Amino acid sequence: MESFVNRYRNLTILLLVIFAQLLLLAVQVKNDQDVRIIRVWTVTAVTPFARIVELLRGGGVGFFRNYILLHDEDAENRRLRAQVGQLKLENVFLKNELNTAERAKALGVFQARIPSKTLAATVIGTGAGSNAKVVYVDAGSARGVERGMAVVTPDGIVGKVIAAYPTASEVLLATDADFAAGVVSQDGGVRGTLKGQGTPLLKIDYVPIQEKVQAGQWFYTSGDDRIFPRGFPVGVVRAVRDAQPFKEILLDPVGLQHGLEDVLIITQGVHQDISPTAVADQPVYIAPPPPDESKPAAPAAAGASPPITEADKLRQEYQASGEAQGHKFGSGESGPPNFSGIGTSAPQTVPPTPAPAAVVPAAAGPKPANGATTKTTDSTRHSNQVNGEPAGSKKR
Amino acid sequence: MAYSSGRMLLSQSDGPVSRFRAWVFIVVPLLAIFFQVYVPLFFPILNFIEMPLLVVVYLSLTQRSQVGGLLTGALIGLAQDSLSKNPLGMFGICKTLVGYFAASVGVHFNVDNTFIRLLLSFIFYLFHQVLYWVMQRMLLAQQPAFDYQSWLLFGALNAVVGASLFHFLDKLRAAA
Repeated sequence: MESFVNRYRNLTILLLVIFAQLLLLAVQVKNDQDVRIIRVWTVTAVTPFARIVELLRGGGVGFFRNYILLHDEDAENRRLRAQVGQLKLENVFLKNELNTAERAKALGVFQARIPSKTLAATVIGTGAGSNAKVVYVDAGSARGVERGMAVVTPDGIVGKVIAAYPTASEVLLATDADFAAGVVSQDGGVRGTLKGQGTPLLKIDYVPIQEKVQAGQWFYTSGDDRIFPRGFPVGVVRAVRDAQPFKEILLDPVGLQHGLEDVLIITQGVHQDISPTAVADQPVYIAPPPPDESKPAAPAAAGASPPITEADKLRQEYQASGEAQGHKFGSGESGPPNFSGIGTSAPQTVPPTPAPAAVVPAAAGPKPANGATTKTTDSTRHSNQVNGEPAGSKKR
Repeated sequence: MAYSSGRMLLSQSDGPVSRFRAWVFIVVPLLAIFFQVYVPLFFPILNFIEMPLLVVVYLSLTQRSQVGGLLTGALIGLAQDSLSKNPLGMFGICKTLVGYFAASVGVHFNVDNTFIRLLLSFIFYLFHQVLYWVMQRMLLAQQPAFDYQSWLLFGALNAVVGASLFHFLDKLRAAA
């Protein structure tokens, strides 16, 4: 080293002098960020070494800890696994909460837009039997639920109440083999009876073989069964086979597609028009628009489709009689009207129903004083349901 | 001018080393710096003369000692920096390198030849200007113009002045 310095003494001194003056310059000069160049150079010169040293130190320490010692790693691993599991559970819970909130919101929107009066309920349990397609909802007779009320979701029909307890109700799903309802195709040309089969697919019975039914065709409730108001989506045809004496039509129910958590129990049904557009083209939770109040005539009120059952006629007679006496139904302000003249005098003129005029099914309408007539209607419907046929189908 | 033009290339052992009195190494640089800062006040046209550089070149060439040359250049350059607005070291570094290379040239060449002196003065002036320009850009982050035409012109003028100055300074050496 000494010989090297002596050999290049002049050059060494030159470099030293230049270096000294460079240092002098660096002490004085600042860069554009007002930092002295000596600091910049120092940091620039020191940082790579510090990085390398830190890399070596960190690598060595990490190697020593991770591969040599390995103490507490197993406990740490188990603790982290447990934490991950807990976080996954929380994640699932929060997703469910969010899903529930969205469903409740959609249900509320649907409930507000359909003309029928509904009662929101939550599914709280399922039937104990393996074959029974029933669920329990948390709304019972204390909240006005009665046996025979229809249960729907914004997607479509779900089933009907077969038992109303004070705090809960039992709902027979549409997939149950005992379930039946009247349905009509979207264009209104094909009517039939919907039956559950105990399988995910439903069956439409009593459709003559000359009727044209295609896969993909939508079916809606017809209102003939006096349970489901007209116009609720039921399902889409999956398969059609010709059989004797009726077609064999399999239907995919839309009301049960997204699972069952929140449902609506129709406490007072109002028939609706069937949407001319396919349900699949519409948002899932958006109901058809409400009837235009500026138009004076819904079909039922305008006489385009007059009541066709005796119960309807009776109800309208009672309603007209009450209104003629100045009675307000449902208000409870005045005493019961006098219905003694009904059935003995000439039929009264039916006053126009205020818009949105609709036909309220007897099961959900105001209870008439004549209980015998109601019992007859209920018993008829019950017999139809036991036989797997809605009331409307018997009439046809 | 003890050497003929036919012996321009000499080794250090072949040629004599100039001897100056000590005051020459102090007074001459001080006068050069004084000239540089004072004369252009009254004669701005003489602003192009780089008198300290010429003195560094002369002293380094005649000393034929690289260490002596670089130290001479460093001291004169730092002194010039002290009197300028530049940070200390800008002229110092440039003149240190000039002194070192001038001394290196003086070791191998007969620098008493007038043409050699003209040429060396011209070259070292350009070297000094280019190095200073580079340092301005690299260290001070300034954007000076690369005015090579002026540098060539002033380099030629400084070479003429330098040759005359070297002839005058030779008298001091001879007197010593």
